[in-house]
Amino acid sequence: MAFNIIVCAKQVPDTNEIRINPETGTLIRDGVPSILNNDDNNALETALEIKDKYDDVVVSVISMGPPQAQDMLFECVAKGADRGILISDRAVGGSDTWATSNAIEAGIKKFEKEFGKVNLILAGRQAIDGDTAQVGPQIAEKFGLPQVTYVEEFKISDDLKTVNVHRQMEDGYEEIEVKTPCMLTCIKELNDPRYMNMKGIFGEKEIIIWNAKDIEVDLNKVGLEASPTNVFRSFTPAPKGKGEILEGDTENQIAQKLMIGLKGKHVI
Amino acid sequence: MAIKIINDKCKGCTICTKNCPFDALTMEGKLAVCDEAKCTNCNACVAKCPFEAIEAAPEQEEVDLSAYKHIWVFAEQREGKLMNVALELIGEGRKLAKDISEDTEVCAVLIGDGIDHLAQECFEYGAEKVYMIQDPLLKNYTTDAYTKVMKQAIDEYKPEIVLYGATHIGRDFAPRIAARCNTGLTADCTHLDVNIAKYIEFAKKETTLDTSTLDPNSSDTGIKQTRPAFGGNLMATIICPRTRPQMSTVRPGVMQKREPEKGATGEIVTIKPEIKAEDIHITIKNIVKSAKELVSLTDADIICSGGRGLGDASGFELIEKFAKKVGGVVGSSRACVDAGWIDHSHQVGQTGTTVKPKIYFACGISGAIQHLAGMQTSDIIVAINKDADAPIFEVADFGIVGDLYKVIPEIMKEWDNAEALFDAANK
Amino acid sequence: MNFQLSKEQEFTRKMVREFATNEVEPLAADIDKEHRFPEETVAKMANYGMLGIPFPTEYGGMGGDHISYAITVEELSRVCASTGVVCSAHTSLCCWPIFNWGNEEQRKKYLPDLLSGKKLGAFGLTEPNAGTDASGQQTRAEKVGDKWVLNGAKVFITNGGYAEVFVVMAMTDKSKGNHGISAFIVEKSDKGFSIGKTEDKMGICASSTTELIFQDCVIPEDRLLGNVGDGFKVAMSTLDGGRIGIASQALGIAQGAFDVTVDYMKSRKQFGKKLSQMQALQFQMADLKTKIEAARLLVYRAAFMKDQHENYSEAAAMAKLFAAETAMEVTTKCVQYHGGYGYTKDYPVERMMRDAKITEIYEGTSEAQRMVIAAHTFKK
Repeated sequence: MAFNIIVCAKQVPDTNEIRINPETGTLIRDGVPSILNNDDNNALETALEIKDKYDDVVVSVISMGPPQAQDMLFECVAKGADRGILISDRAVGGSDTWATSNAIEAGIKKFEKEFGKVNLILAGRQAIDGDTAQVGPQIAEKFGLPQVTYVEEFKISDDLKTVNVHRQMEDGYEEIEVKTPCMLTCIKELNDPRYMNMKGIFGEKEIIIWNAKDIEVDLNKVGLEASPTNVFRSFTPAPKGKGEILEGDTENQIAQKLMIGLKGKHVI
Repeated sequence: MAIKIINDKCKGCTICTKNCPFDALTMEGKLAVCDEAKCTNCNACVAKCPFEAIEAAPEQEEVDLSAYKHIWVFAEQREGKLMNVALELIGEGRKLAKDISEDTEVCAVLIGDGIDHLAQECFEYGAEKVYMIQDPLLKNYTTDAYTKVMKQAIDEYKPEIVLYGATHIGRDFAPRIAARCNTGLTADCTHLDVNIAKYIEFAKKETTLDTSTLDPNSSDTGIKQTRPAFGGNLMATIICPRTRPQMSTVRPGVMQKREPEKGATGEIVTIKPEIKAEDIHITIKNIVKSAKELVSLTDADIICSGGRGLGDASGFELIEKFAKKVGGVVGSSRACVDAGWIDHSHQVGQTGTTVKPKIYFACGISGAIQHLAGMQTSDIIVAINKDADAPIFEVADFGIVGDLYKVIPEIMKEWDNAEALFDAANK
Repeated sequence: MNFQLSKEQEFTRKMVREFATNEVEPLAADIDKEHRFPEETVAKMANYGMLGIPFPTEYGGMGGDHISYAITVEELSRVCASTGVVCSAHTSLCCWPIFNWGNEEQRKKYLPDLLSGKKLGAFGLTEPNAGTDASGQQTRAEKVGDKWVLNGAKVFITNGGYAEVFVVMAMTDKSKGNHGISAFIVEKSDKGFSIGKTEDKMGICASSTTELIFQDCVIPEDRLLGNVGDGFKVAMSTLDGGRIGIASQALGIAQGAFDVTVDYMKSRKQFGKKLSQMQALQFQMADLKTKIEAARLLVYRAAFMKDQHENYSEAAAMAKLFAAETAMEVTTKCVQYHGGYGYTKDYPVERMMRDAKITEIYEGTSEAQRMVIAAHTFKK
């Protein structure tokens, strides 16, 4: 029996490229490239490293999103994943994290029917567009799997049954042991993701698209309407007013002006 | 769930498509079709249809929201010490509680082992009640054990709102509980309101939001959770109208602690946790504090941050000297962390730490929007940069266009003379 | 007509762009300065399959196409032309003639190691007295029993110092002129074969350009590539394809210089204005951008024709001629728009300008390209 690794991945806009239109205060999303979410890339790399080392490991990347997200799955497969699975349906559009985890849960259940039991679920800690870090733990909850988040170091035993990880903390780390199956969320400190390779780019690719019917998900548990959280309002942050540029003939004069200014603001 | 078109009755008149405020209805041939992703169940089309061909969306099954009361704060402790963010949230929770109603209380939930002494601290910082859950199995945080006991407490006492610090533990814990309770969770909030009038006040002061459509007299006291998205380019206010408890994780350093009230007391409710060793599926083999100096960016009064303008990693030597001189902590932009010049723990910004010091020195930081998101609420921002057009100057209170390697040593030299300089200037 | 890149081609660009940005660009200035062949980068390129793109998988190739190959050389050259030409010379000048002219044994013997990048390849045609006029070959090959014995020297051989497999032209029957030239596969370890001096060049300084020396170099009979007397055809057909590689290199250099200049112009202020706000400069940049795009269309079309097995000789010559001259013009102007800074090594444009020059010279000078195009024009 193959050792099945599921990598949860999301296609996200490259938030580094997003700019605000200064006149209208709205986001400029035109021309912003869509990318494989950074932390998810680390999750995929972890899976591929296991696949490199052990026989009979199958890496499947699962995602939910619009049909264009196939491109991201193309990239994952071109890096070495065995297949990409996209859950794409208008019925799941607008899902919040709870509803998203319901859809992914249904997708993974469908996967298990088709391809066998899942032994390890890897996800990125969070997606750069939402920064919520919720879907990973919520999927783990649906399956009742143990979870470790913020994984910054990873080792798996040769029988693929025991995982030893370092979980990043603000002031250090915890050494944690957990048995498979389990769910781990990965961070950038974990590894340096590989690039796609030419064999992968030009080779055969298995990319599957499932709609809501395929995954037999309860339509009352996915989509905008089913989501417990809703967007009430959204807006761009107000820029802070412009301050004062300190000038002087020498750096020392400027430094003195700064001291006077800081003192005047009662901060020193 | 959405409205339903009864195909037999639809005549293809297009009245509904023209009247849908959300563009959810379109014509496919001679039939109206509803895009469920867009439909908001406003039912505007139902009344407009001359042929009674649209069935209203079914009423949502209502959870009895009124059964849930009071605001809980997960008072995160590590090794018997409360996290700062717990105290900040107790302060914020107290404000929110009173905005809901006079008899709404803020309660701290303490989970751990041998932590009786922490209740007092919670009371002093504003908690009115403490739920105490102790067991040797709860000594260190594990997802399995903490989730189990928290769910037990929520089921029993039904809080209206639960707040968690967006720490490495809070962000592991909260989503798991939210999923188990089948309720909503909003991550990394930077502002919370329950009262619409106060939300309007906040929005007018700090945002570009058009508040004219909001009713300041609304009786709605559901939580309005404001958080950054898209790398801080966009702010969103999230609500959780149909499920309880409403849950948020809140960034450390954002909310205000209350002035501690010495000797304050309150009710302690002890909950006996239903927890067994078999419930825990992970083993913590070791907890390692990194040898590197603990950077408490969130607690710092002064932060000296370096950016790409330092040129290379050695530039942080100057920043460290500078920080030492002014009694500050070293921060960094993401660029330097990515370049490997300095450890991630120093990173300020959207993906790093949100800071709010009295003085933030941005040295050689251009001010990418992600960085600004993490520091622009600092009391005073001083920017030193060669490039007069750097966006950091847009948010700086004091800007210095120049070579940081020349400017910083002069600031260090004059640092202790501030008072004399100020007096001389104001004579 | 369809100008849409395929998904594979798009992802090739994405992959190579990321690779180039992270692995190639950070080294480009240093290896140029140190005249150091980037062995570590070439090993990584091999690992990712970048040294065997347009060949079938049965020989260990990646199963890709020539447009993807052109994109690869373009993207590498966008940040480092030296790195770009390693891929181009290896692929077009060594792997391709063995694939196209070799018999099944030769293909099976050499291609797997070459296409996986385990071994690097090079091509030897030019001699001190036989440049554009390749027919003046003085390197001789004599049949002695069941072996060939080579004597002579080749110059300006790209990848020379690091290649292990060489496709080499030598005269087997001087009386027959061009028809007396034959092609051979020479291995680095062959007795009597050695690498001569390494050239000290103006540009592409990190590329290894060397002499090849044959002193009673004895190779087995089965190293003959094609038939006796096919050498000139082997060489000319190889160079037709090589021109697509060099045209891609030139295109990449031009695009790279253009891109850094756009960034520079957005930050540099003079007379109270950013350079990017000055219309005179805006117009100049608009012209350069248009030329680069025109070069791109010529290059990709030549590669497309090659994939379609059409006669691409003239198209490749046009692509190389135009792309090389565009690279020279763009880089020269980009140095100018950088002002004094552009003349310093603090900015990459001066390196790009030095690198651009070679694209007008090697694998057929611009004059040779005009000869090819003219011949196609007037031969009927």
